[in-house]
Amino acid sequence: MSFLDRNLRITPIDVWIDPTGPRERAIITHGHGDHARRGHGAVLATPDTIAIMKARYGEDCAGSFQALDYGTPLMVGDVEVTLFPAGHILGSAQVRLRYNGETIVDTGDYKRLVDPTAQPFELVRCDILVTEATFGLPVFQHPKPQDEMARLLKSVADNPARTHVIGCYALGKAQRVMSLLRAAGYDRPIYLHGAMVELTELYEDRGITLGPLELVLDASKKDLEGQIVIAPPGALKDRWSRRLADPVLAMASGWMSVKQRARQSGVELPLVISDHADWNELRETIAETGAGQVWVTHGREDALVYWCRQQGLGSIPLNIVGYDENGEGGE
Amino acid sequence: MKRFAQLLELLALTPSRNRKLDALKTYFAETPDPDRGFALAILTGALTFKNVKPAVLRDVVTAEVDPHLFALSYDYVGDLGETIALIWPHHGQQEELPRLSDLIELLDTTAKGKLPALIASLLTRAAINERWALVKLATGALRIGLSARLAKTALADMSGKPVQEIEEIWHGLTIPYTELFAWLEDRGPRPDIAHEVRFHPMMLSNPIDETVDLQKLAPEDFAAEWKWDGIRVQLVLGQGPASLFSRTGDEIAAAFPDLVDNVFGEAVLDGELLVGHDFMPAPFNDLQQRLNRKIATAKHLADYPAFLRVYDMLFDGREDVRPLPWHERRQRLEAWFRRYPQTRLDLSEVLPFGDWPELAELRRRGAAEQGHEGVMLKLRTSPYVPGRPKGLWFKWKRDPNVVDAVLMYAQRGHGKRSSFYSDYTFGVWKGNELVPIGKAYFGFTDAELKQLDNWVRNHTIQSFGPVREVSKELVFEVAFDSAQVSGRHKSGVALRFPRINRIRWDKPASEAGTLEEMQVFLEAT
Repeated sequence: MSFLDRNLRITPIDVWIDPTGPRERAIITHGHGDHARRGHGAVLATPDTIAIMKARYGEDCAGSFQALDYGTPLMVGDVEVTLFPAGHILGSAQVRLRYNGETIVDTGDYKRLVDPTAQPFELVRCDILVTEATFGLPVFQHPKPQDEMARLLKSVADNPARTHVIGCYALGKAQRVMSLLRAAGYDRPIYLHGAMVELTELYEDRGITLGPLELVLDASKKDLEGQIVIAPPGALKDRWSRRLADPVLAMASGWMSVKQRARQSGVELPLVISDHADWNELRETIAETGAGQVWVTHGREDALVYWCRQQGLGSIPLNIVGYDENGEGGE
Repeated sequence: MKRFAQLLELLALTPSRNRKLDALKTYFAETPDPDRGFALAILTGALTFKNVKPAVLRDVVTAEVDPHLFALSYDYVGDLGETIALIWPHHGQQEELPRLSDLIELLDTTAKGKLPALIASLLTRAAINERWALVKLATGALRIGLSARLAKTALADMSGKPVQEIEEIWHGLTIPYTELFAWLEDRGPRPDIAHEVRFHPMMLSNPIDETVDLQKLAPEDFAAEWKWDGIRVQLVLGQGPASLFSRTGDEIAAAFPDLVDNVFGEAVLDGELLVGHDFMPAPFNDLQQRLNRKIATAKHLADYPAFLRVYDMLFDGREDVRPLPWHERRQRLEAWFRRYPQTRLDLSEVLPFGDWPELAELRRRGAAEQGHEGVMLKLRTSPYVPGRPKGLWFKWKRDPNVVDAVLMYAQRGHGKRSSFYSDYTFGVWKGNELVPIGKAYFGFTDAELKQLDNWVRNHTIQSFGPVREVSKELVFEVAFDSAQVSGRHKSGVALRFPRINRIRWDKPASEAGTLEEMQVFLEAT
């Protein structure tokens, strides 16, 4: 069918994109655990992604690393490989492949909204587009993150005796939320759960400034009244949370648009902040790339495949096992 | 509308009852008439539209969104109203929606043919939260976990008036409740409503303390009755259709037409709603089939006919007999039954007994042989006093059954308990295997909860989401009211009202109860 197979293996050179098990040679789009796994032989990725992998898994998490800057074509055998920013998290990339006059782009996970913590998405034209579909249903129309921040800051102002704890994935979402808070003019210290520290320092080392940060561990209950804490999503259910002052559980995720879902998971303040394209962005991007074929990797692929076919595009779901099924991890 | 949308969202997402109450109080205090009255109607489920139905909204949306994509989305979201609010593809110049009362009037008065266009334009104009609230309001299915009782409690808290006084007149009031708010704010008299729709707050009993109370009380001062295993209701009979109120003043007549359409005379009666043929009460499980339903099906009416076992009288005809002593009310009640023969009402018998030990024996046998919940004691000279007055009515529940069961799984609780493993599933032995028989989340102190939480965390062998499976070592003495045959549990047994009586840190799991031992409880009920 093509030089890329449905498991995202580039057949002429036996290189895999984001393989879910250990492979000799892999291209990694970004550092989230369901895309970047340990144990590969040789890894090709952006410098930021390599730094993230090493920080999370250790220096020796792959046999060797090769850094490739955005927009720099690299010939691997007869296949030309170029990485372009995906806007998802720091270092996240789309992969463009050219071979025998055919161009394929794998978006990895992406978003098109401006985000100072990630290199901005670039649109890349192609014949075949391999796209994610984490929010591939028309109910997902993400609101402006600035509006969500305004709701958060209003709640903080209205509840001066309570700690707002924002459940965030430690890589990407946490730093995005801090950056949004700063952009909204919030200049007080932001308190971090210990699990947030390493990757946040990595972001700062790589030039993303996030303002004054403190550790929850160093603060008393009294100190935490009226403050904002960033923690992994599960932390509130941990004994750790007992040190917080009457916490308001906020969760920053694209899933939070569904109130019944927020309610069921006990989230008091759902913040719809997503690092993935929403339904409208997914469709716009597909149209703008000019692709005649769309392969859908993971997420709610049924609806997006159905929509593509309605537009007269060839479209198939790839059903790759191992990417985060409900996206909770990556979000 | 914006304020109402904010309120609705807060109510949907705040787990704390007190915060919900505060939000309601603030809203009612700060929102003018008639908007707050309409909000109250929506929150208590009293508002319905003639022409705006879920199907209309669905049609409006599927005219704009591919039906297959809509179906996939609905399947994912699981709530029709939310799906509609989230999927609406047009986003206009967000201008504020009309105020609540105008909006409701608009929806109510617009001709059927023009409704789709109106709804579409409102959806386009609304910001996301208002859209959500708008759809909830229009479909009438709030699903935000708010009881009508909580809304009434908020009104009571706000005004300093007892909640019983609000419940009493509730069913005679009309939307948008301007008279009610005027009275709550001391700007007007208490609304005067028709006798037939008036709910009279009930007289409730206190549990008896066997060691203290029985020493002090004289048996001859008290009448005893069985404590029936149904639900407490009030039946109001007058000129119009009968009203049937639950303990909290909810009107439930629509679900029990077999009862309310077949009662005669004029009175306000207090009794136990039961199901069964020929006045033979069926187990509570059967009654449950008919509760929480808006209407009854023909099959339910045939299989589980409802009747009322009457034990007190509040009004004899139009005469308020509540100030009379119990024994006089009882005479009135018996005379009333002679005047109006009934097919769906009967009298709760008064149990003759000489002294407390004799009644204790009666109570024990009633529980063992007929599954009665216990006995009620009523001071013969007591008037009918709403609320829970001390020293007049007592409930003397049967001794709980107990079984030693082994903790198998623990689940995190909610709200304040969300960092604690506080919901426990326990089981008994079936041969070499433990089978779950129930789940309990109270009966222990806060200190014990901390200990249990620690124990669970240190003895986890597997986790499934919020649930932990623990090593099978810890024994609970579980108390329960009764046991029923259940197809849902692997053990085939379900416990009614289980609670942790004691934590048996000392007892080895191998000495816990067995499924064979549980059979005894099944036979007894």
